[in-house]
Amino acid sequence: MAIVFRQETFRDDFTYRNSPENIRRFPFPFPDDNYMYSVNMEPHVKGAAGTVFENLIDVDEHYISEMADRALVLKADPLRYQALPHMMQAQWDTLELLMEQQAAGYPEHFTLEKNGDRWRWINRPLGIDDTFTFGDLTTLPMEPLEYISRQTQGDITIVDQRDNNLWMDAGMVTTQADWSLDFDVGMNFMEWHGPVPLAHQQGVFERALKFLLNMQLGKPIRRYNWTMTINPRLDTSPENYPKWGKDRTTVTPENVGDKVHLRVEVQTLWRLPRSNALLFVIRCYLMNMSELVTVPKWANRFHRVLGSLPTELVDYKGITRYRDVTVEWLSKYDDGAPTSAGTFPD
Amino acid sequence: MLVEPIKSRPVYKGITVDPRARRHIFVLEGEGANALLEQKDKLTPAILAETDILYVARGSVGRGYEEALAALDAGSDWTAPTVETLLFRLKVVLGSADMGTRLYIAGTEGFIGQAMQIALDAGMDYSAIPTEHRGSLARRVQCVHCKGITENVTTSPFTCTHCGLSLFVRDHYSRRIGAFQGVIIDAEEPGNVPEPEELYL
Repeated sequence: MAIVFRQETFRDDFTYRNSPENIRRFPFPFPDDNYMYSVNMEPHVKGAAGTVFENLIDVDEHYISEMADRALVLKADPLRYQALPHMMQAQWDTLELLMEQQAAGYPEHFTLEKNGDRWRWINRPLGIDDTFTFGDLTTLPMEPLEYISRQTQGDITIVDQRDNNLWMDAGMVTTQADWSLDFDVGMNFMEWHGPVPLAHQQGVFERALKFLLNMQLGKPIRRYNWTMTINPRLDTSPENYPKWGKDRTTVTPENVGDKVHLRVEVQTLWRLPRSNALLFVIRCYLMNMSELVTVPKWANRFHRVLGSLPTELVDYKGITRYRDVTVEWLSKYDDGAPTSAGTFPD
Repeated sequence: MLVEPIKSRPVYKGITVDPRARRHIFVLEGEGANALLEQKDKLTPAILAETDILYVARGSVGRGYEEALAALDAGSDWTAPTVETLLFRLKVVLGSADMGTRLYIAGTEGFIGQAMQIALDAGMDYSAIPTEHRGSLARRVQCVHCKGITENVTTSPFTCTHCGLSLFVRDHYSRRIGAFQGVIIDAEEPGNVPEPEELYL
């Protein structure tokens, strides 16, 4: 069934909203009524229809508007796209994977035709129909990673594997939760996770790195991350913090439902075939509190998660100013009943 | 000493002369001169004959080391007037250096970072370059907003010398940029800037 794409904004007048159907498929990340870090990785396999795991690269009703927002970010700040020179093979790997997955999942919207190295890519939502030679840079209007990441929801980074470590050597990052690709490009796994509190002491990153180094082709994995954002703003970059920082002071008991958003990242990781690099797709989903409480189980659980969050994490996630008012608002929707197992709506 | 557990910050393990190297290039700033001078006993005439010293004083600190370095009688010994001129010469020197060359860097963290950038651009592997921190704890900081770099930052917050925003120094270091990350401190409450603290003297 063809997706009905919404026309909406992630800045200025913030017209972004989720349709009722899209709320039901939101990747609610909390399996329990409280939260702590864990190496929460699981195989990235197809899930039920009506979930974001129906296809391995998810395309939803926000596709066209998210791509328009990315183009605006890049126009203002081209440094959001970076690729070190040795990553070209991994760029082509990434282009192939994202074209194949989107074409397989949404044949009514995307088509990939391969005739040897001569490929034709049709992206109907964005009105693109390009023919190019795979591996020949001169046949694309821009580098392969930039080309395909302007047509894929989610931030994309490619990490090189060498010296028993992972190195963030390329990426397109315009929908990030307060980290700078320009600053982090070239860093290894421990370095780019440097600012994260608590998890280092718990050995989370050592275990995660060991796991990732052993990832195999054809066996992608996924994990969740989450934070909160005021207004449905995709670009909460440190670069633009002077623009969005003030938003955090605008929350009142009256506007919590519209302004306060749960921001969930579904991170999928894939071994790439030719370069042996790893592809990280960091897909951001936003849902405001009014939308969230339309699912009673989520209203109960999120109220409890947010209320019991350790102070260090409250500060790190930048939600200190509006946590209490949000918990208070949510309390009206928590009926005190036990929540059912799993993350999906009842 | 630099003891904070900052995961992204390089570890400056100290310099020991590598007797297997065929050529030694010492890049020294201010009190970094001591990193070489204190190894006099390891500096045989054969090693010294293949040693190049590029030195720059650091403001009023480190004056007087020129004579001590000259007294080593190294193969070459040059005192740069500024960090910038030293880095320019280093780029040329590394461009013609061969495989047996060992580069050593000592001085403040900002200086090490800048010399390391030149070395990385020349294709050297950072893990093969001995470094030693000497002198001030001043930090080199890149403004994450305008990307401008401010040298010798000793306080947090400080004012970006490029865009004028008040920045706090995040404990996050980029080797590629050779700097810590500076982030606006009053984005949420414009104008509410705490008094600067001398954290990195």
